[in-house]
Amino acid sequence: MTDTPKTSLLTVDARTRKRNAAEKRFKAYGIVAIAIGLLFLVVLLTSILRSGLPAFTTTVVALEATITQEDVDAAEGQLLKTAAYEALLVAKVNEFLVERGSTIEVDEDFITDRLVPKTGATIREFYKENPDQIGQTVTFDLPASTRISRYFEGDLLREDVTDSRFLEVADLDVVDVMIDAGLITTAFDWNFITGTDTAVDNPGGAGIGASVIGSFFMMIVVLLLALPIGVAASIYLEEFAPKNRLTDLIEVNISNLAAVPSIVFGILGLAVFIQFAHLPQSAPLVGGLVLTLMTLPTIIISTRASLKSVPPSIRDAALGVGASKMQAVFHHVLPLAMPGILTGTIIGLAQALGETAPLLLIGMVGYVAREYPDGIISGFVDSNSAMPAQIYTWAARADTGFYEKAWGGIIVLLVFLLTMNLIAILLRRRFERRW
Amino acid sequence: MPILTLLIALAVIAVVGFVLGRRRALASASGDSRKLHSLPSYYGYNAALTGLVPALLVLAVWSVAQPMVLENRAQSLITQEVADDGAMNLIMADVRRLADGLSTAVAQGALAPGEAATLTTDSTDVRAILADVGVALGSDVGPDTLQAAQAYRAGALSGALWKSALVLLIAIAGTAFALMKTNAAFRARNTVERGVMAVLIAAASIAILTTIGIVLSLIFNTVEFFKMYPAADFFFGTVWQPSFSGRGGASELGLLPLLWGTLYISFVALLVAVPIGLFAAIYLSEYAGPRVRAFAKPLLEVLAGIPTIVYGLFALLIVGPMLKDVFGADGALGVAWMTGDRAVITAGLVMGIMLIPFVSSLSDDIINAVPQAMRDGSLGLGATPSETIRQVVLPAALPGIVGAILLAASRAIGETMIVVLGAGAAGRLDLNPFEAMTTVTAKIVSQLTGDSDFSSPEALVAFALGMSLFVITLGLNVFALYIVRKYREQYE
Repeated sequence: MTDTPKTSLLTVDARTRKRNAAEKRFKAYGIVAIAIGLLFLVVLLTSILRSGLPAFTTTVVALEATITQEDVDAAEGQLLKTAAYEALLVAKVNEFLVERGSTIEVDEDFITDRLVPKTGATIREFYKENPDQIGQTVTFDLPASTRISRYFEGDLLREDVTDSRFLEVADLDVVDVMIDAGLITTAFDWNFITGTDTAVDNPGGAGIGASVIGSFFMMIVVLLLALPIGVAASIYLEEFAPKNRLTDLIEVNISNLAAVPSIVFGILGLAVFIQFAHLPQSAPLVGGLVLTLMTLPTIIISTRASLKSVPPSIRDAALGVGASKMQAVFHHVLPLAMPGILTGTIIGLAQALGETAPLLLIGMVGYVAREYPDGIISGFVDSNSAMPAQIYTWAARADTGFYEKAWGGIIVLLVFLLTMNLIAILLRRRFERRW
Repeated sequence: MPILTLLIALAVIAVVGFVLGRRRALASASGDSRKLHSLPSYYGYNAALTGLVPALLVLAVWSVAQPMVLENRAQSLITQEVADDGAMNLIMADVRRLADGLSTAVAQGALAPGEAATLTTDSTDVRAILADVGVALGSDVGPDTLQAAQAYRAGALSGALWKSALVLLIAIAGTAFALMKTNAAFRARNTVERGVMAVLIAAASIAILTTIGIVLSLIFNTVEFFKMYPAADFFFGTVWQPSFSGRGGASELGLLPLLWGTLYISFVALLVAVPIGLFAAIYLSEYAGPRVRAFAKPLLEVLAGIPTIVYGLFALLIVGPMLKDVFGADGALGVAWMTGDRAVITAGLVMGIMLIPFVSSLSDDIINAVPQAMRDGSLGLGATPSETIRQVVLPAALPGIVGAILLAASRAIGETMIVVLGAGAAGRLDLNPFEAMTTVTAKIVSQLTGDSDFSSPEALVAFALGMSLFVITLGLNVFALYIVRKYREQYE
């Protein structure tokens, strides 16, 4: 017999304790890793919501004005027409201040530079479009300047204000009076949803509408090209392809293309579609072509998986009653695989919708999204941007006012992505068959 | 004829061909479809496709070839001294704009159609006319530029006419030919299926065409670049300092600082992603119950579905300032290591977050593929679960995990938006992770954005950078797939 010390299963010795502790530690590492991952997700989503939601609201100053025909004629007769309209507002604001028992008097710079910048043009447009309103009392909801809206929202404190071109401490007294009278309020910013990009000095007026349209036309191109081409390629590879050199080459190419960095597709688009084929720069058509090439491997891989999941008995049954191979595939296998194919396509589209880098190379940068396209053809070939490229342009600008817009743009983008993924999940739940 | 009208006309011809083909086949079998070789609709498809497919092919080829031919013809009309390809490109851009402008002027009625083709620079101020209709030209119009533009416009007009005529003719002729052959004995199904098969093969070949397109567009422009800038200086240069506005000569375009930044940031990213992703995968596949798994796995994968631009903004506006608050001059640690928001560590950390689900779901699949019998054997011998994982499961899964990490590395090297926004703009060879550095992808974006002039080395260098990036990521992918595939064969 050996001389090993007697041990009992009922007493836990030091070595077992050590091993059990190691076991617990190891398990804890796993939990911590998952917790860190989820923490990152939570931090990411909260910072998006916290920084992005203000982009959807705007601070408006409600100014009443009664502008008569004589005022309009006088203003139109002047050299600086918009300034003339602004002068009319100044008088109104001063009247208001006297009414409220305030002794402060404001000048034109206050209105036009610091309270509601660039309003003259808005007012002039309004009366040009609605001449019947001349002589009536009209309330204009004018967007307040960045600093005043920050003061209104409590982000900017009176103590921190120093006199500058943008805001003077004395202005805040006037603003306080206006806030008391309920003239300054927060409103939903429709302009952010429907507007276009603006010049670098006007973050307040920037909107994402035009680039949403650009993304929409791009997605149409991707859907119209990538879905049929992807399905056709998958059918060939999965159902008909003989095992030969060409098929192997195609297979290797598809798996490699799926891992090529997206920016390389941008270089391809720049060289082939713009440099070589002279397609218009910055056009959603070109963007769509590039994204099509980029998403094709994804769509082919998922389509092949859903074709593969259709059991061979379906094909055998069709062939058995005299269908040709082509008929068996197109009449029986393809319809049964369709829900899976559509799910894969939507996920591929969602991936394409969020892609930025290749679009920058073909010129779809944010600042070209200045106006809406005129029609369907123009939507495809005229310069436009796309949502992620617009967000990038805003993030790269010096004026920090654009950062809020960028976060807001991200919320819009994520809402689109979420909707697409939800549709894909619902499609899968509703139509997927388990064999 | 605008392209949309042409396409509608083709569709109409195809529909008419379908109806006629079907009817003719039925008529030849005196209305009894059982006497036909194929189902009646196949005769219709045959007639429609025989017309449509060649017509569409001709349309596509013509649309691509026409601008190139016209360009060449217009170029031969330019008589003035042209310094190099770059200057020629600028002149040709002027010619195209001028030709478009003339068309706009005619469309708006500022010029009579005949006038646009005959006007000369001696008699008219072309620039003023075009400015009236809203087409701004950069410089005054020279006589040969105008001539070239007129030739270009005339060619485009007649080309469009010929294109429409030819395409319609081919469509009608094809349909008529198919209709002529239609009779009860004609094997329409076989013909149609052969055609469909050709379309399927063509679609599958697009993958090859894309690769060829990528390789050719990279190679041609890279060779062009190496004609202007010595290859040795590019590959071994340690300074990245492009001069602006294509003054040439003064630029120093060395790859090494960019490559260093790329690899450094990817390394930091993997340092974050690999431990977290791997431990998450181990926990999810070996410990977690079905409830935890069903909850945690999809949530982690949400991180993979978020567009990279979101991560870029997150790096620039949240993570960068936060890190600076800790490591910056007035930071919590009081160490003053970090001077700006953008740094290797900012981009690397955020990229690591992005890669967590990538590493975890790939490793999860691989760990699950290890046969249960191996775990059972180890547990049966008295090993604890963690000992089983460390000493049995992980060694068996190791090649697959290495493959997954290599794929993640290739993803990190090719990632663009995070580094464009988070990493900085100056190329630097430095070890300090709190320093701003730049990467290959970030420089491709900055050298090519908004630039359509491919004649300066400053723009062309982007293609050489793209080539390097393509070769590196392709090599990593091929190597990773090789390892994964070799591993997979062991247990099946």
